Amino acid sequence: MTIRIERPLSPHIQIYRWTLTMTLSIVHRATGMALYFGTLLLVWWLFAVSSGPGAYAAVQSFTASWIGQLIAFGYTWALMHHMLSGVRHLVWDLGYGFKPAEREWLTRATLIGGILLTVLLWIVAYAIGGGR
Amino acid sequence: MTMQPLSRPKSMRTPLGRVRNLGAAHSGTKDFWRQRVTAVAMVLLIVPMVVVMMILLGRNQAGAAQILGSPPIAIIMLLFVIASIWHMKIGMQVIIEDYVHDEKIKLMSIMANNFFSVTLALAATYAIFKLSSGV
Repeated sequence: MTIRIERPLSPHIQIYRWTLTMTLSIVHRATGMALYFGTLLLVWWLFAVSSGPGAYAAVQSFTASWIGQLIAFGYTWALMHHMLSGVRHLVWDLGYGFKPAEREWLTRATLIGGILLTVLLWIVAYAIGGGR
Repeated sequence: MTMQPLSRPKSMRTPLGRVRNLGAAHSGTKDFWRQRVTAVAMVLLIVPMVVVMMILLGRNQAGAAQILGSPPIAIIMLLFVIASIWHMKIGMQVIIEDYVHDEKIKLMSIMANNFFSVTLALAATYAIFKLSSGV
C-alpha cells in the first residue's frame, strides 16, 4: 500500500493572469502539429507531380475546392506564424529580448507579421496564378 | 540518498554529475541542437521555396514536373523536405514526451512518429529523384 503525501503544489497556469506570450507559446505548438500533418499534403502533391497527369488532376481538384483552399490558406498561415515564432525563440536562445517591453514587442510582431505575410503571399499567388 | 544494488559496480559519481556530464558535453542535447539547425536551415530556404511555389502556380502536370526536375529546384526541394521532416519529427517527439505519460503508449507513439517521418521523407525524396531523372 502506498501512502499519498500531500505535498504543496507549484502554481499552475490557471493561477496566473493570462498573457499574450502564453497564448503564442501554445499557438507555436499547435501550428507545429498542424504543419506535421500538412507535410503529408505536401508529399502527396510532390508524389502526384511525379506520378502523372491523372494523379496531379486529383490533387488540383482538391486544392481548387473551397476546403482545399481553406487548408492551403491555413497551412500558409501556420508556416509563416511558426517560422516567425521560431525566430523569436532563436532570439531568446541567444539571450536577447527578455525585458518586458522587448518580450511583448517580439510577441506582437510575431502575431501580426504572420498574418500580414500570409495575406501578402496569397495576394501575390492570386495575381500570378490567375494569370496562367 | 538512494540505495544501490550490491551487484552493480560502484561509482563515485552522483546521478546529478552523470547527467551534467551528458548535458554539458555533446551527446545529451543532440535533438535540441538539430531542432535549431533545421530551423535556421528552413529560415534560409523559405524565400527560394516561396519563389518555386509561385513559379509552379497554375501549371499543368507536365510543366510542374519539368520545373521540379531542374537541378537547382530539385536541390532546394530536397533540402527543405529533409530539414522540415527532421524538424517535425523532433517536435512531435517533444510533444509526445510532454503529454503521454504511460511508458508503453509513449514508446509506441515515438516509434510511430519515427515510422511516419521516415516514410514521408523517403516518399518525397523518391518523388524528387524520379522527377529529376525524367522517368
